[in-house]
Amino acid sequence: MTTTSERNVTGTSFTRGLGIVTLLGIVLLVILGLFVSPADVNQGESVRIMYAHVPGAWLAYLAFIVTGVSSAAYLWKRTRSLTWDRFAGASAEVGVLFMGISLVTGSLWGRITWGTYWTWDARLTTTAFLFVTYVGYLAVRGLGGSHHQRARRSAVLALLAVLEIPLVHFSVRLWNTLHQEASVAGRGTDVTMDGLMLFSLFLGVVVFTLMYVWLVLHRQRALALQDMVEDTGLDAALAARRAEAAV
Amino acid sequence: MSETRRAFASVRATARLIAIKDLRIERRGRVLTNQVLPFALIVMVMFAFALDSDAVLERVAPGLVWLATLFSTLFVIARSFAVESADGALDQLRTSGAPSAGIFLGKALALMAQLLVLVVVLVAAAVVLYRADISGQGGVLLVTTALAATGGLAAVGTLYGGLSAGAKGRETLLPLLVLPVVAPVLIGATRATESAFGTNGIAVSEGWPWLGLLVVFAVLFSVTGAIAFGSLLDE
Repeated sequence: MTTTSERNVTGTSFTRGLGIVTLLGIVLLVILGLFVSPADVNQGESVRIMYAHVPGAWLAYLAFIVTGVSSAAYLWKRTRSLTWDRFAGASAEVGVLFMGISLVTGSLWGRITWGTYWTWDARLTTTAFLFVTYVGYLAVRGLGGSHHQRARRSAVLALLAVLEIPLVHFSVRLWNTLHQEASVAGRGTDVTMDGLMLFSLFLGVVVFTLMYVWLVLHRQRALALQDMVEDTGLDAALAARRAEAAV
Repeated sequence: MSETRRAFASVRATARLIAIKDLRIERRGRVLTNQVLPFALIVMVMFAFALDSDAVLERVAPGLVWLATLFSTLFVIARSFAVESADGALDQLRTSGAPSAGIFLGKALALMAQLLVLVVVLVAAAVVLYRADISGQGGVLLVTTALAATGGLAAVGTLYGGLSAGAKGRETLLPLLVLPVVAPVLIGATRATESAFGTNGIAVSEGWPWLGLLVVFAVLFSVTGAIAFGSLLDE
């Protein structure tokens, strides 16, 4: 490794360690989830989707909570800093990715278990809305303008989403209960889970959370570098042209 | 105390001025009557082509009315802020020192007035084209539903219209932002209108709880909008 590339990298010894732990965890999760843990009595092998689906959904919700909190921290004058804004953005990006993954894995699982890719269950529908809302949030982040303009605009939007999502959830539930019988029983409500299954699921949640931290830290730093390029890019270009003219 | 009262009076005066200004622009430009309303009507006709059955149309008429309203709302919002971003009008407004809550409420009121006209025309179209039937009691429910629903749509529209005003690609961004947010309005207004029309023999009394949802939505977003609009404008 050369010394010049050492300076502006997004990794630190902490994230490197975290990355290694996460990677080992994923390997262990794959072994446990795909081979060691037993198949379900009712669901058969399809239950293995759960080890990616549930942690993915958990991670996505965690990500959106972090986005909301970071946005509030940015808007609050005493803690106003672009670092909060970049955390909000990085977290939303990771959240959208994993919400997409959990929607896809969920509907695959649904096809096998319920015989349908989609049902108008309130939780499912709210999740889909959450996904679209944060896709919109990322689009707003890409609108341009100054960094603080971007930060303020997207922070307001993130807080609006906190208001929107419970309203959507509530109205979908109201709509659903009146229009069709609840088609999805809460998974595992009165079902006892095999110990190894429960452990694999727990491991999945832990590993995915570590992965989330790793991804967001790197992404946040990458965004900071990007902001830096935008800030200094013009000045540097101007200086270079001036130097040319002076010759 | 008088300080607060003066602030409220200032918000009210600004709201009134902005609303009158927007409606005057509409009266002179006639974008709603000459472009948006014909568009909404052609959408209603297209629904009939797509669904191709009187029985089905009669059953889904309330939903179609509000879907057409939502799509047309997007144009009205875009228009409302195209007016502001042209010629740097929004910058003038920002520097005028007018309270942002007043600007928000004014624009929302003007938007609501236009949306009400839109809903009236679309309900009339549903009666004519889809054989929707309105009883006396259903009429009361329908009018209050229209008021609450357009209020909510106007508040959300003003908020997100202000957010994307002047931005690149706002034509496509606005629907992406607004449609997920107004899903509760579509659900609530459609169910309430079903009761008002008596679709599938649903009683009028079943519509009132949905009206509650619409009112809560409109109040929440009006208050939030009045508070948050300042930080969107103040850039």
